Amino acid sequence: MRHRKSGVKLNRTSSHRSAMFRNMVTSLFKFDRIKTTDPKAKELRRWADQLITLAKRGDLHARRQAMAIIREKSVVHKLFNDAQQRFGSKAGGYTRLVKIGLRKGDAATLTLVELTGEPVESKKEDKKAVKADKADKKAKKTEE
Amino acid sequence: MAVPKHKVSKSRRDKRRTHQKTGAPSVGTCPECGEAKLPHFACPECGVYKGRNVTEVSE
Ligand SMILES: [Zn+2]
Repeated sequence: MRHRKSGVKLNRTSSHRSAMFRNMVTSLFKFDRIKTTDPKAKELRRWADQLITLAKRGDLHARRQAMAIIREKSVVHKLFNDAQQRFGSKAGGYTRLVKIGLRKGDAATLTLVELTGEPVESKKEDKKAVKADKADKKAKKTEE
Repeated sequence: MAVPKHKVSKSRRDKRRTHQKTGAPSVGTCPECGEAKLPHFACPECGVYKGRNVTEVSE
C-alpha cells in the first residue's frame, strides 16, 4: 500500500535524490527560474516551499535549517533578506510551473520552474552576501 | 495450473493487436500567434502561455 507515502523516487537512491534536489533548489533560488523535466519540477516545489517557509520565519534556527539544505551561503542570505517582502503576503503558491516542450532524444516534458512575486531589487552588492561568498570559496579551497 | 491449450497463431496475435494503436496528439492553436501548440504548453513559436511570455528572462 502506498497510503500516506507522498513524493516520487525518480529511480534514485534517497541520497542521490536529496543531493540532486539540494543542487536544484540552490540553483532555483540563485537564478530565480530553472528548466528541468516535469516530474522533477513538480517535486522541486516541495523543497522550494519548505525553504521559503523557513525564510519567512527568519530566526537563527530557521537559517541554520536552510543552510543544511542550500549549498551556497550567499543564496541563503539573499533568500532570507528577500523572503518577507517577496512572499510575506502569500501563504503558499511560491512557485510557478510552465511546460515548454518535449526534449529531443527522449521526448521528456521540459518545464520551467519560477519563483512568483516581484524579485526584490538588491541594494548594490549586499556586503554580507559578498562576505559569505568569499567564505564559501575559502572553505572550498581549504578542502582541496 | 491453467495453461494455454494451443499456440496463438501469428494471425490471431496480430488481429488482437490491431486495436493497440496510438492516436494523434491533441493540438490546439496559440491565441497569440495562431500557431499549432500542445495544450497546457507554452507556445513554441512565440513563447506565450496564459498571456505571459515565458521565454523572456526578466519579468
Ligand atoms: Zn504563439
